[in-house]
Amino acid sequence: MSASPLHGLTIDSIRAGLIEKKFSAEELARQSLAYAEAENAKTNAYLTFSTERALNAARAVDSKLARGEDPGALGGVPIAVKDVIVTRGLRTTCGSKLLEKYIPPYDATAVIRLEQAGGVILGKTNCDEFAMGSSNENSAFGPVRNPVALDRVPGGSSGGSAAAVAQGTAVVALGSDTGGSIRQPASFCGISGVTPTYGRVSRYGLTAFASSLDHIGPFGRTTRDAARLLQVIAGRDEMDATSAFAPVPDYAAALDGNIKGVKIGLPCEYFEGLASDTGDRIMEAVEVLKKLGCEVRDIQLPHTPYAVAAYYIIATAEASANLARYDGVRYTTRSADATTLSEMYRMTREEGFGDECKRRIMLGTYVLSAGYYDAYYLKAQKVRALIAQDFVRAFEQVDAIVAPVSPFPAFKLGEKVNDPISMYLSDIYTVTGDLAGIPCMSVPCGSASSGRDTTSGRDTTSGLDTIGLPVGLQILTKHFDESTMFRIADAYEKASHS
Amino acid sequence: MKITEQEVRRVAELANLALREDEVARMAHDLDGILSHMDKLNELDTTNVEPMAQVLFDAEETATLREDRERAPLSNADAVANAPVSGGGYYKVPRVIER
Repeated sequence: MSASPLHGLTIDSIRAGLIEKKFSAEELARQSLAYAEAENAKTNAYLTFSTERALNAARAVDSKLARGEDPGALGGVPIAVKDVIVTRGLRTTCGSKLLEKYIPPYDATAVIRLEQAGGVILGKTNCDEFAMGSSNENSAFGPVRNPVALDRVPGGSSGGSAAAVAQGTAVVALGSDTGGSIRQPASFCGISGVTPTYGRVSRYGLTAFASSLDHIGPFGRTTRDAARLLQVIAGRDEMDATSAFAPVPDYAAALDGNIKGVKIGLPCEYFEGLASDTGDRIMEAVEVLKKLGCEVRDIQLPHTPYAVAAYYIIATAEASANLARYDGVRYTTRSADATTLSEMYRMTREEGFGDECKRRIMLGTYVLSAGYYDAYYLKAQKVRALIAQDFVRAFEQVDAIVAPVSPFPAFKLGEKVNDPISMYLSDIYTVTGDLAGIPCMSVPCGSASSGRDTTSGRDTTSGLDTIGLPVGLQILTKHFDESTMFRIADAYEKASHS
Repeated sequence: MKITEQEVRRVAELANLALREDEVARMAHDLDGILSHMDKLNELDTTNVEPMAQVLFDAEETATLREDRERAPLSNADAVANAPVSGGGYYKVPRVIER
């Protein structure tokens, strides 16, 4: 196997390479596409390649450079886009059989902004169906394999975007996060993944899963790359009424490596039920932060044990409404056997949705139905308020919170697929940030051996102890304080690599 | 049992899902487990807690209203382009009312 043409490249080094004429944007796009297409058999990260669109975007960057103009903040940067984010004229499946042939008539705002900045979209990446899953095994087009260990899941639901960046078949990528779908795959694949403040990035063109929780966010091999991509896509968009007016600061400018005096909280609730070597890596990272001058103290987020239950009520309730639109009328697929209107709805949905989508539609419909609304949905919204309050109180004492992203590193394909509760519970440390709407990210912090079956203590794998599986450190900050989060991640990254 | 197969069938009706019999049994089992976990929320007294439906930030009341100006809508052809069955610029569905 040849090395990735994108190996070692960052947004900054691509810019420098283009300006110094070491390569053209078109050459880089052609090499990246050829490599990504050849490597895709291993991971199944991409569902669709957008060759013409990529080459046109790259040529436009080269023309700008030839005219002596600025190539744009993402000029020539090969980018992957999760297939729940719509792209005009480019198939967008949401990982669902229902949308296998769906060609959107418009571009998402995030897509428009990254292309205006000179970004080169190589293709659309695989994901759990309608972003519902924690392992990418719920895609109608087959699971994604983790490039670090091909018998493992890449995490989900943005597994394809994380795998592409980790594999070197894209420099950065867009994902979406509703309950951890950016941070968890970033941690499983050993890259940076960012869930910005709710409303920081327009959701226009992001296929709706749970509207009060959905975010678009960036993946990068470095924090700086993720910050640079967020810079481009963030900011008010009149096409999304929930997008925020708050000004977007210069994220990269804040990355000076100095985090002396930053107050960091360790929530004890996030260290229960953790695989031991995952916990070890997190505490080693905390030691690095202390050496960098951070003041670390213990804090409490007492409602954490209730987060998964509240999340899965709210998310599925919203999903059951959002997914009602796939009824056989507008979106490409209709059951061939239906003769009446009612049959068309019911059979199209039965044949089109996968098991996990059906489970969530059923759960969401149930918790919203007469007699159960107060007991489940309203109760969950009240618990959501308590979880958000926990963070408000914590941020009165500290500038940032650090915690694990996932209780364990990447698990094996098939290991949890028949156990929905255990799969849902693995989201315990990520759903809280989404419920509160605060910015949070995953930054790589070493690797764990955990090929171990935690119940039997038996090593279920061979040889993995020597490979190691990535562990992600989660950093959470106040609403719109992405800058502090990026500063901590970047300083940690530099210190841990030196 | 938190949920019976009969209730699963009723919810499937509400959700417009024509579940197969084997799916009904599996769904009842899965939902029962999930709903049992969700009972954990009843440990919390939320009597005086306001429900949180959205992440809200301070802004003027009319901040999200955009300027009312004309702009090009999606064309009719684009709007129906993904329909499984269309004609004459409309979505076509099975007959609703028999004559």
